[in-house]
Amino acid sequence: MNYLWGDSLSGFWSAWIIVITLGSIGIAFWLLYANRKTDKTPDAEGNVETTGHAADEIEEYDNPLPRWWLQLYVGTIIFSLGYLLLYPGLGNFAGLLGWSQESQWEEEVARAEERFAPIFAQYQEVPIPELATDGEAMQVAERIYLNNCAICHGSNAKGGYGFPNLTDDAWLYGGAPENIVQTLTNGRNGLMPSWQQLGSENIENVTQHVLSLSGLEHDAERAERGAATFASVCAACHMPDGTGNQALGAPNLTDDAWLYLAPGQSVADSVRQTLRNGRNGHMPAQAAYIGEDKVHLVAAYVYSLRLED
Amino acid sequence: MKHEIVEKNVGLLAVLILVVISFGGLAEVVPLFFQKQTTEPVEGLEPLSALELEGRGIYRREGCVGCHSQMVRPFRAETERYGPYSVAGEQVYEHNFLWGSKRTGPDLARVGGRYSDDWHRAHLYNPRDVVPESIMPAYPWLFENTLDGEDTPKKMRALRALGVPYTNEQIENAGREVRGEQEITALIAYLQQLGTVLEGTR
Repeated sequence: MNYLWGDSLSGFWSAWIIVITLGSIGIAFWLLYANRKTDKTPDAEGNVETTGHAADEIEEYDNPLPRWWLQLYVGTIIFSLGYLLLYPGLGNFAGLLGWSQESQWEEEVARAEERFAPIFAQYQEVPIPELATDGEAMQVAERIYLNNCAICHGSNAKGGYGFPNLTDDAWLYGGAPENIVQTLTNGRNGLMPSWQQLGSENIENVTQHVLSLSGLEHDAERAERGAATFASVCAACHMPDGTGNQALGAPNLTDDAWLYLAPGQSVADSVRQTLRNGRNGHMPAQAAYIGEDKVHLVAAYVYSLRLED
Repeated sequence: MKHEIVEKNVGLLAVLILVVISFGGLAEVVPLFFQKQTTEPVEGLEPLSALELEGRGIYRREGCVGCHSQMVRPFRAETERYGPYSVAGEQVYEHNFLWGSKRTGPDLARVGGRYSDDWHRAHLYNPRDVVPESIMPAYPWLFENTLDGEDTPKKMRALRALGVPYTNEQIENAGREVRGEQEITALIAYLQQLGTVLEGTR
């Protein structure tokens, strides 16, 4: 459907526009013609009668418009008529060039497609681990990453509070090429429910247990008590040993990657907060924005980030 | 006509000036009032919900339009970055338009759904927390202020008078829907719907 200009104007409005447009040009031309000369001619001695205005002894002549100015004005009238003949302007008349905003955009897109599509198609053929080592491809991919991904994951891809670091080995949904493509294509929704109902005593015990999983400083007694709660409540997603489940996006609790660790915050505090309030991570699907070809390329870029280290 | 006549009769001069300057509007603006592209909503367009409407008010109050446009022009460079170009039918319920004319920040016409709610919250609290290079001001007070919803029904009635099809039910419930909500929640609700009606046309 043609959204921009779309259905033509009704005959009345088309005529309305044409009459006003050509009428204005006609009136402008007549005005110019009528004022091309002065009616005050010089007398025998060559003195010209002034308009009679005088201020501080300066009198106003009634000279005609300078010739060069008049010619410029005629030039603009000729230009406007030529323009209206070539481009749309007179109601429904499309102009001899057949130009439209939409067709210009379509041509521009088609030209770019012709030039870039073969390049992307070529990259599409290359498996991601191999593509990730192609310097030129990664330069292209970096630009796409910076335009679309860096806003959350950072221009250095190290992420931030609530936005995963892409350069480490901790993956919520897996770091294999097909996992990355899947994440980019369809997005992800991570949901950690709130466990407020466990009560603060239990939350503290589970927190200490979670700290013990990654060998952080903890209260051994509380951790011991939290183990049972962890087994009954948390293990379903985070697994009994706390290593997480990438199919669900449940993070590994035994490593040192903490997605929701605010600057200056202790891990214990972050875990407590997570248990109390839950967390809700959302990665928007990118396929609709950048298309399959570029998803492939960006996936290779993300894959390549760990190769550099 | 002698220019002297016009110059020496100020009343006539004023009338003629009005005639001349109205020609442009008569030819370029008036026909648009009678054209479907500008008067009919695109398929699926809904008036803003009460919360989104309050968010729009905050968007205006904070002057977002001063740095962010809401108009994707039909150029490849723009559609490549922002999504399908903007069309008039998306803007039928907009009073006033927030097209803007300056892009210190990116265009927001299709920002809906691009980023998560959490991202918007972090970004509006302090843009530097998520985008270190950003020069956008922080809006921490949006997290402290809450809406009372007292004026919401009035705003909706005013919009209905201008042709936005709000139902009585929507207007009645409006105050209750927004009361007590944080301003940031309303603003994000507004941002997350921007441009989504034409999603998937690319």
